[in-house]
Amino acid sequence: MSDFILLMISAILVNNILLIRFLGNCPFLGVSRSMDTATGMGMAVIFVLTLAGTITWLVHTYLLVPLGLEYLRTIAFILVIATLVQFVEMVVQKTAPALYEALGIFLPLITTNCAVFGVAIININEGYDLITSIFFSFASACGFALALVLMAGLRQRFALVSIPKPFEGTAIGLVTAGLIALAFSGFVGLV
Amino acid sequence: MSITDEFTKGLWQTIPPFRLVLGLCPTLAVTTSGINGMGMGLATTFVLVFSNLFVSLLRRFIPSQVRIASFIVIIASFVVIVELVMQAYFYPLFKILGIFIPLIVVNCIILGRAEAFASKNNPVASLADGLGIGLGFTISLFVLGCIRELLGSGTLLDIPVMWSGFEPFTFMLKPPGAFVALGILLAAMNLISQMQARKGGGR
Repeated sequence: MSDFILLMISAILVNNILLIRFLGNCPFLGVSRSMDTATGMGMAVIFVLTLAGTITWLVHTYLLVPLGLEYLRTIAFILVIATLVQFVEMVVQKTAPALYEALGIFLPLITTNCAVFGVAIININEGYDLITSIFFSFASACGFALALVLMAGLRQRFALVSIPKPFEGTAIGLVTAGLIALAFSGFVGLV
Repeated sequence: MSITDEFTKGLWQTIPPFRLVLGLCPTLAVTTSGINGMGMGLATTFVLVFSNLFVSLLRRFIPSQVRIASFIVIIASFVVIVELVMQAYFYPLFKILGIFIPLIVVNCIILGRAEAFASKNNPVASLADGLGIGLGFTISLFVLGCIRELLGSGTLLDIPVMWSGFEPFTFMLKPPGAFVALGILLAAMNLISQMQARKGGGR
């Protein structure tokens, strides 16, 4: 069990998927302008990434490896993820309209979120077993949500301060992300 | 717009990832040196050019309901080609870029150009657009890589150029440095654009 706790801490804090591994940065800068959208996106990513990590692992182990088609991994994974996102969108819309209201607009964006695809590939490259893959996917997604919410909290305050003109918009967002990443690098050596 | 305009707009007006804030993950992750940045940029350009060309050729046959899925399949096919070719012929670079080569498939620049440009324009214009945006991306990555390499390890394209006793600024090679370097570079580009606008009569 302690292995899993270490894996969680390492995926959330030490090797944060957004700030250290650089996966999923487009939504990180795109939807971090307000707290509500950041929380919505974070939740949607936790949900989809955990599912996608599990399913791509199953597809790789029980479909691609026995058939000797590992070189088709990229195509197979992206198709699985795209289908999964579409499927989740339909299921959530039918069964939980309230949740759909909250997550709806973020779901299609997740298809091209490289965090989802990246974690699926890391699971395979690192040779994780099924349970570890599920834990790692979940923990990475939590790390994504944490960094996104932190960033949104900071960016909301930009409205109140005067920023030098050339830095307005994305530029100051990037510098802020750098400072958050610097803070996170303080966790190195924790695990 | 003429073909040259389609080509050159990618080099300054809409140069990714600065003007077109897309494809940030590879930009931040692999630009620890100029060569790495250029390798990543060229791999992306290859995929972008061919995906644009094929999306444009097939634009009348792809039903609009399933177009995103079709685009992704086209893009993924070219990514697999790049992946296999690089593994076979450029193994050291393949090792360094690692996970970011298969990740070209979810690079939003490529899907963005397929959706916004190639699906509406003829193959020649799409080819020019893909080449322009791709080269713009390559140049950006190369410049960012050179800056980080110069400050972070005191070399340029693996040749030491800084004076002796130069203390390498290792922060630049670490993940936080990537964000800060890109942010400052973007601000510098904004400053240039603003000065141009002011000179042009404050449009």
